[in-house]
Amino acid sequence: MPTKIEKDSVTGQMTTGHEWDGLKELNRPLPKWWVYILYTTIAWAVVWCVLYPSWPGVTGYYHGVLGYSQRVTVDRDVAAVGKQRGVYMERIKTLPFGDIRKDPQLLAVAETAGRITFANNCQPCHGAGGGGNPGYPALAAGTWIWGGKLEDIQQTLTYGIRSGLDNARQSQMPRFGADAMLKPAEIEQVADYVMVLYGKSTANADAGKKLFAENCVACHGANGEGNREVGGPRLASKVHLLPDDRATVIGQINNPRMGVMPNWNTRLDDATIKSLALYVHALGGGE
Amino acid sequence: MFIRHETIEKNAFLLLVLTLLVISIGGIVEVIPLFTIETTVEHVTGVRPYTPLESRGRDIYVREGCYTCHSQMIRALRDEVERYGHYSIAAESMYDHPFQWGSKRIGPDLARVGGKYSNDWHYAHLINAQSVVPESLMPHYAFLAQNRLELDDLTKRLKAQRMVGVPYTDDQIANAQADLRAQADPNADQVGLLKRYPKAVPVGNGGVVTEIDALIAYLQVLGTMVNFADPANEDLRQ
Repeated sequence: MPTKIEKDSVTGQMTTGHEWDGLKELNRPLPKWWVYILYTTIAWAVVWCVLYPSWPGVTGYYHGVLGYSQRVTVDRDVAAVGKQRGVYMERIKTLPFGDIRKDPQLLAVAETAGRITFANNCQPCHGAGGGGNPGYPALAAGTWIWGGKLEDIQQTLTYGIRSGLDNARQSQMPRFGADAMLKPAEIEQVADYVMVLYGKSTANADAGKKLFAENCVACHGANGEGNREVGGPRLASKVHLLPDDRATVIGQINNPRMGVMPNWNTRLDDATIKSLALYVHALGGGE
Repeated sequence: MFIRHETIEKNAFLLLVLTLLVISIGGIVEVIPLFTIETTVEHVTGVRPYTPLESRGRDIYVREGCYTCHSQMIRALRDEVERYGHYSIAAESMYDHPFQWGSKRIGPDLARVGGKYSNDWHYAHLINAQSVVPESLMPHYAFLAQNRLELDDLTKRLKAQRMVGVPYTDDQIANAQADLRAQADPNADQVGLLKRYPKAVPVGNGGVVTEIDALIAYLQVLGTMVNFADPANEDLRQ
């Protein structure tokens, strides 16, 4: 019930002029500092609405005096940092590998860019430091399937392996068991010989050696030394793409697992790929 | 005063009605323009509905709560764009019901994971993430490789999505089973599949279609539909 605004006799404060069930309320205004902050925020909101995108319309919206856009800003930020790096990245892109390696400062930039790119993109398969995982080659070991020169690494990175691109590295091992090209007993014999090549067995494997000579040498080499032209992995080695037990070898001859490496030319620019090639080359296996 | 303050305060029902009216004005002003403003969803080419297999994979992604640790939202910030690729745009999730933007990154963002790793890697990683990434915190999803994918209600699922606005054609719905089987067998004839769903990635080995096959098909298409190098897709300003 509205009543008269009057002075309360006990406290000396004014009342609000409301009365409920005989109770009157004292008028205790908010502190001035609080009220002024509230007014400031309201004024700030008005200024903000003028400067920045704020009010929606029917088919568009008010873009603000400053014309701010997060998407324009990020494009500008990326361009700005690209310009800073451009001095180096342009040279990395255009100079041959030999010249980059002769310039210690440029090489340091390239290897840093390569290290960061590797951690983001390559490490999940090839492991930290290029240590490799079963099915994903160890890059630091020097047992290259497609070649360990800088240009080879660059080619592999750019187009990938069995990635579906025309320029991709492409090799296919026949399914000797699954397609009945070899009998199960013959596969066992070949596996015995592969164990000799791996250096894990000294048993007589002449039968397997003969079968190897008939079926495998075109890609894996006469003495299991591999053939990078066709991507035939080196077998006479201690480092292997897959686990080096006999069961895995038999499985691989029977129905080979053939891994895929994505092409990176759609994700990374040329200078970054070259930086990555320099980093991978320097992991310990480069030729 | 036309309606006195006292009248509103003493009439609970009137107070309720007027409160709803006032609140709805705020809602309407915020929501309606999103349907009418031209740039809410960008006009880009390439975004298509998910293939039946990808769509089932997405169901599994949602069921397993992948979104609780993985976002699918590359923000328009320099460091995110440098790490993950082009920032996410609204058009890329316009056929997602609901979208999987997420809000937490215990694992990395997955908005552009499609094509980044091989199918083989995804199998190994989903079954036992630590087998390829020793420092990973991700739980093992080996059971997905054992679970046969539920296919009986495939057509109904696509129809349900069409009801909420995903433009599946009659042709796509009629071929749902065939397209799913074609995508789950790398040796199958995929001409029809790729005509209906460009950029679909074949997965699996042609055997029993499992949940892991579907999930990998979904992961392999994430972020690959829009070709940002195409000048037609350049103007994304907002």
